[in-house]
Amino acid sequence: MSDATITPPREFLKPPVTEVGVLGWLHSNLFNNWYNSLLTILVLLALWQVVPPFFSWTFIDSVWNTPAEVCRDIDGACWSIIPKNISFILFGFFPDGQQWRPGLAMVLLVGLVVFSADRKRWKKSLGVYWLINLVVMGTLMYGGVFGMPVVETSQWSGLPLTFMLSLFGMVAAYPFGVFLALGRRSKMPAIKTLCVIYIEMIRGVPLISLLFMSSVMFPLFLPEGVTINTVLRAQLAIILFTAAYIAEVVRGGLQAMPRGQFEAADSLGLNYNQTMRLIILPQALKIVIPPSLGILLSAFKDTSLVVIISLYDVLKTTKVTLSNPKWTGYSTEAYIFLAVLYFVCCYAMSSYSRRLEKELHTGR
Amino acid sequence: MNETQNLTEAKAAPKLIIEVNSMHKWYADFHVLSDINLKVELGERIVICGPSGSGKSTLIRCINRLEEHQRGQIIVNGTELTNDIKNIEKVRTEVGMVFQHFNLFPHLTIIENLTLGPIWVRKTPKKEAEEMAMMYLEKVHIAEQAKKFPGQLSGGQQQRVAIARSLCMKPEVMLFDEPTSALDPEMIKEVLDVMIERAEEGMTMLVVTHEMGFAKSVADRVMFMDEGQIVEQNSPHEFFDNPQHERTKLFLSQIL
Repeated sequence: MSDATITPPREFLKPPVTEVGVLGWLHSNLFNNWYNSLLTILVLLALWQVVPPFFSWTFIDSVWNTPAEVCRDIDGACWSIIPKNISFILFGFFPDGQQWRPGLAMVLLVGLVVFSADRKRWKKSLGVYWLINLVVMGTLMYGGVFGMPVVETSQWSGLPLTFMLSLFGMVAAYPFGVFLALGRRSKMPAIKTLCVIYIEMIRGVPLISLLFMSSVMFPLFLPEGVTINTVLRAQLAIILFTAAYIAEVVRGGLQAMPRGQFEAADSLGLNYNQTMRLIILPQALKIVIPPSLGILLSAFKDTSLVVIISLYDVLKTTKVTLSNPKWTGYSTEAYIFLAVLYFVCCYAMSSYSRRLEKELHTGR
Repeated sequence: MNETQNLTEAKAAPKLIIEVNSMHKWYADFHVLSDINLKVELGERIVICGPSGSGKSTLIRCINRLEEHQRGQIIVNGTELTNDIKNIEKVRTEVGMVFQHFNLFPHLTIIENLTLGPIWVRKTPKKEAEEMAMMYLEKVHIAEQAKKFPGQLSGGQQQRVAIARSLCMKPEVMLFDEPTSALDPEMIKEVLDVMIERAEEGMTMLVVTHEMGFAKSVADRVMFMDEGQIVEQNSPHEFFDNPQHERTKLFLSQIL
């Protein structure tokens, strides 16, 4: 009798063969019933129709670095438009022979961004580096010292302009947005009202109209003889615009913070600034990494709207290239190149934000 | 009441640490606390019990101004609680609080949770603060978890960390707001043990709890609150064996 009550030792069995491995995966994901099987086959057929022709257009029948005339006689892509015009696409109207300056400025900027990516370097000194970088970049671009001829900002164009407008825009807009969010939650009615009015007004108009106002209407209010640089005005408009959106996202993060966190900080005797800086913002900003990234990505892409105030960003310089009769008709290639350029930047930002989220995850 | 007085007179020169005089509090129109009078001496251990919604949590939250009172007086260690933010911050550094839901800072490690207050409020040098934090972590038997994050600890461990975090501020008084109510049964004891050890060291404590065993073994005084009033307070012996008030009797019959 007593033998019957003893449980046999626990056996650990392998799952059935049809559930694991390649076959299991195919079965459960692609062919688990008749309509999924049908869809799988249809999609495969469609891919067969599209992918090989695109592949041969891109890589096999294409030419990579030839004069424009050669492109007339081929079926494939004429990538030659890129290398033959690369200095204009990247640097626009920046004078020939001086283009190492924006090139170096971009290398510095990208280097600083990569340097800033490591969380261990997030100290006060990093802010100083950014300021130094801003000055060095400005000097490189504008010139007038060390024997570099002056290049007016109206000649700044192409990729450096895009990068400067977007990166400095983001870097300045983020803290400003955080302050607006804190202001909107302030108990002081005047500050709160001001922040609400600011945020709602900015969010109520498209960026394009802000840029337009900053370039056309704003100068009308300035006293005669006083002008503010166009690039600077565009930069300001982008900062003011992005900050309003950041503010609302950050406010969402602040609202998600449990009251207990404020109370615990209060009960330790921390003051408002310490509570926000040490307890609330680190957590709230972590929560809003994904939506913040969305805003920063669209801010990056929206810089292409500065064409409206006749600034030549990288999209516009490409368009100008295409208006050259020699190269008209190769817009597909040029725009694919631009798309890849934008995609690489956006994807880098996106992967970085995912890495940051992972690093900041502290359980539960 | 007589016994309590005798008990306190027996101690040499008792120092009044908390004094609440005819204090009232409203949530909008709702009168949550009515005519509260309370005197706590240094070293006293007081357990506050009562049905839910009786205002017991609100009362201890008023003592470090997590809630504002509208009438009457609260004086903590000689400082009166008013709208003056300097006074409030001073009182908060002298009064430690342990919450029902621990409220540890999830983005900081255990040791950083403990050193935050001393470093930023008391301006203690980092190294000194860390040494002190390790000492208190040992006191709550959890020193080996110092480098972990709160999310990696069990509820009982988190609550012990929260107690250590309060102790690091070297408070004159500790307030406990239902410290074991959110814990699984097997973890309640480890937290109560830590609280008993602190009580035995002479820490002044105000504890809102339903753990009547703790009240019987540790408290100098048990207070019963109902409908925003202190209905009855007495030594634990008298309180449990000889309750005076009908409402106290009813409450005790329900929970014991």
